Amino acid sequence: MSNQTSFGQKLKTYLRHPGSFVLLLLVLLGAVLTFTVLIFLIAYILLKGIPYIRPSLFSLTYTSENASLMPALINTVIMTLLALIIAVPLGIFAAIFLVEYAKRGNRFIDVIRLTTETLSGIPSIVYGLFGLLFFVNALDWGFSLLAGAFTLAIMILPLIMRTTEEALKSVPDSYREGSFGLGAGKLRTVFRIVLPSAVPGILAGVILAVGRIVGETAALMYTAGTVAKVPSSVMGSGRTLAVHMYDLAGEGLYMDQAYATAVVLLVLVVGINTLSSVIARKLTKA
Amino acid sequence: MKSKAWTERVMQGVFFIAACTSVLAVALICIFLFANGIPAMKEIGFIRFLTGTQWKPNNNIYGILPMIVGSIYVTAGAVIVGVPIGILTAVFMAMYCPRKLYRPLKAATELLAGIPSVVYGFFGLVVLVPWIRSLGRWLKELGVVRSPGNGNSILTASLLLGMMILPTIIGVTESAIRSVPAQYYEGALALGATRERSIFRVIMPAAKSGVIAGIVLGVGRAIGETMAVIMIAGNQPRMPQSLLKGVRTLTANIVMEMGYAAELHREALIATGVVLFVFILIINFSVALLNRRTERE
Repeated sequence: MSNQTSFGQKLKTYLRHPGSFVLLLLVLLGAVLTFTVLIFLIAYILLKGIPYIRPSLFSLTYTSENASLMPALINTVIMTLLALIIAVPLGIFAAIFLVEYAKRGNRFIDVIRLTTETLSGIPSIVYGLFGLLFFVNALDWGFSLLAGAFTLAIMILPLIMRTTEEALKSVPDSYREGSFGLGAGKLRTVFRIVLPSAVPGILAGVILAVGRIVGETAALMYTAGTVAKVPSSVMGSGRTLAVHMYDLAGEGLYMDQAYATAVVLLVLVVGINTLSSVIARKLTKA
Repeated sequence: MKSKAWTERVMQGVFFIAACTSVLAVALICIFLFANGIPAMKEIGFIRFLTGTQWKPNNNIYGILPMIVGSIYVTAGAVIVGVPIGILTAVFMAMYCPRKLYRPLKAATELLAGIPSVVYGFFGLVVLVPWIRSLGRWLKELGVVRSPGNGNSILTASLLLGMMILPTIIGVTESAIRSVPAQYYEGALALGATRERSIFRVIMPAAKSGVIAGIVLGVGRAIGETMAVIMIAGNQPRMPQSLLKGVRTLTANIVMEMGYAAELHREALIATGVVLFVFILIINFSVALLNRRTERE
């Protein structure tokens, strides 16, 4: 680096241009503010919440004396699995169609792109309202894990479609040409050659979707309901961890447990997101 | 060979149907929301529903103007809080950040986006609300305001939403700055401009439409945010009077009353959802338009 300036030179420049110096300070201030807020939020929740994490919080049943988060945690796992089972195949197949089969410039592709973008901008409460009107009432499933899972599946569909699309696009065309050259058909090429090379990218997207499911509240309150038990079947109502957290904080009776639940939720979501970015980084390295 | 061609055909059909799901989902969402919401609006009267200042379900009075104004106020507040800080942080990330710090800081902004809204809401409830409550008391002692409020207020919601839209603004603005050709910056430096002058007078104007798209996306997030707002905004369905007083947003209106509402009341809530949905569609459409413009440039 030959054009490196010394500290003294920099200082001189800034003294000559006080306006620039003010801008520099503002930029630094903005950045410091952003990261201080983040660190403060995480530190506050962790420091206040960790002392309240007790074994009783993980007992299998929820009672009015012991606001256990275990049933909600189990519901969250079930809900996540259900939503993924519905959304992942759909999202991957849709992305395969868009990347591998659709012809460029097709008007219908534009319609699919536009609706996918629209879906990703819709706030979760509108999904919740739709889930209530369609799955709970029109299909008469009642408040149930299944209704919640379908609502969430629609919500994460655009995310899975987009990440899969990007992963498929990053597979070099030479792979496909090689496969065709060896006499494989289109379908075989897609499933045996293209998809396996795109797996890390798809996985990163799926894990990101898990993070969204775990943190979701507004879309679930009026679809999966707020019962604090593990239902006997997927047609029963049950609250996930985020809904549990909202109820605890809203009631105001279980603030200690609310702090502890916030820690569990935060750690879960942060862990999930980190896992996703680690996988995505592995991908860019390879 | 023939059976092979057959599976190819079938699977292509399957892929096509999967791709149609999103179209179907948007269509269903529109149909179900509008079919359930529009009749209520008609029954109440479009104008009376949208401009009525009173929301009294018990007396069959349904005016959602307080909620529309409430949503606009907290969103505007979030923009005032979040946009300057977000843009400055994005400038830092794109132009100043030391290489070693970049990866952890980038991960931190992604983390900010990943924190669930209930956790934000809880943080607001236990930290921001008491702060604003004491701020209100202090201002009352000084004689600046007449009533101190209880901390659940427009100001609290604005601050929290401002925090929540930061990652959106930072992410979009940073990529807009990075997409400006390096020659612009180098050219400005070569002409003797300082680093800051080059950034704010040359790069930022060139990145303008990307930055605006980021802001509009942030507005979309703020106006659609539900759980965090509901926990800290007070949720009184009346016209907002001061920064320190409570407010109810469109989203909060739906969640607060959907649990027990019936008949026209319930339909009025769905109609509230329709209004929100239309707002969001307008915002999405503007983002798509802005992005198209950026691509053309």
